[in-house]
Amino acid sequence: MQVLVHHDGSRREVFVTDKEVPFPEGKLIVSRTNKHGVITHGNQSFVEMSGFTEDELIGHSHHILRHPDMPKAAFKDLWDTLARGEKWSGYVKNLRKDGAYYWVLATVVANVRQGEVVGYTSVRRKPSRQRIAECIEQYQQLCAQEVS
Amino acid sequence: MKPYTMTVSPDFMPDYIAGWYIFNTWLQRQLGENIHLELYNDFATQREAIGRDEIDLIYANPFDAAMLVREKGFIAIAAPLDKPDEVVLSVPVDSPIKTLDDLKSGTRIARTDDPDVNLIGMMMIEAADLNADNTDVQMVDSYVLVAKALFQERADLGFFLQEAYHSLSDFVKNQLRVLLSSEIHVVKHVLLASPNFVAHQETLKACLLDMPNRDKGQGVLDSMGLSGWQEQTQEDTEFMIDLMDTLV
Ligand SMILES: Cc1cc2nc3c(=O)[nH]c(=O)nc-3n(C[C@H](O)[C@H](O)[C@H](O)COP(=O)(O)O)c2cc1C
Repeated sequence: MQVLVHHDGSRREVFVTDKEVPFPEGKLIVSRTNKHGVITHGNQSFVEMSGFTEDELIGHSHHILRHPDMPKAAFKDLWDTLARGEKWSGYVKNLRKDGAYYWVLATVVANVRQGEVVGYTSVRRKPSRQRIAECIEQYQQLCAQEVS
Repeated sequence: MKPYTMTVSPDFMPDYIAGWYIFNTWLQRQLGENIHLELYNDFATQREAIGRDEIDLIYANPFDAAMLVREKGFIAIAAPLDKPDEVVLSVPVDSPIKTLDDLKSGTRIARTDDPDVNLIGMMMIEAADLNADNTDVQMVDSYVLVAKALFQERADLGFFLQEAYHSLSDFVKNQLRVLLSSEIHVVKHVLLASPNFVAHQETLKACLLDMPNRDKGQGVLDSMGLSGWQEQTQEDTEFMIDLMDTLV
């Protein structure tokens, strides 16, 4: 078990293994949230890759998939970027219910309807191995800084 | 009164040109309105006509749906039944490229001007660190020519609309191999109506959804290569546009 510290200081114990699940080739992993990051929809690949059931995901904060190797700074950048009305892209290591992980290249956009932001959509695609290797190093450094 | 103008995304299969004319005749009879079908040879000319507000009904490529809905106020009416736009990445049959990761910088890509296929295709090869800067892209006029570029080994990789790939002759297909097919499901062509057509929007929708049951409807669908229409809400379309936006 590992301890995950959320941005609001709350903690959660999570089960983590070093097994990687490959990204499903040719597919996109899609989910949507409300304005506060609570999951409202997910496509079949999203549900399958997470290892949770759809019922466990819908209505839950999107941090249900957060992996302890992901630095807080990445998600701060995500929310700051969205708050400026821009689209965010980044490499994310996600945690599955069974403790395994999967890497994605995620792009998040606001859902603007009649001029108002009503939620967000994240579309994840297969990331390049080389970019993941760069991120592993960068995220380790960021995580180390965040603890100290 | 000036007739309404309908147009079709220029990426439809050439075999179905006649089908769209038959559909237009059928639709005019159903709606009791004058509609003129105007077909454009390429996406650029069609976009110019849209820019001049000359179009009232369009069977639109998903890539153009963003501009039509968000800038021009078009409304989603229906989508073809079970016909998502999926992409096939193909290589010559004897190519040493067996998986996406075998693709290297300098890859020669053959493709058409079909905007959604190109967007999805480029997105798929990005996983192998390929992009517009480190590939050599050749644009050709049709998917048959994409296939030809592959089996004549003038290109290493071809982008196809899945439907177009599967309708290539067996002779051609035997010289090619599928490297990867997309399974995105939600990107599809949509029939959109301009704000100018708003009075007929509901009648049009009802007529399309009921098309197989109406006089000659099934035959007309067959001639267009469609199995029917399904409802496409404005939110379905907005969602598709948001999704396309993440791939740009
Ligand atoms: C549309 C959308 C999708 C998101 N997808 C993920 C995701 O797949 N994994 C993840 O860890 N966080 C994701 N987030 C970010 C979370 O909302 C959250 O900021 C992050 O998990 C850190 O949360 P925490 O500080 O409460 O631990 C997403 C946010 C949005 C708006």
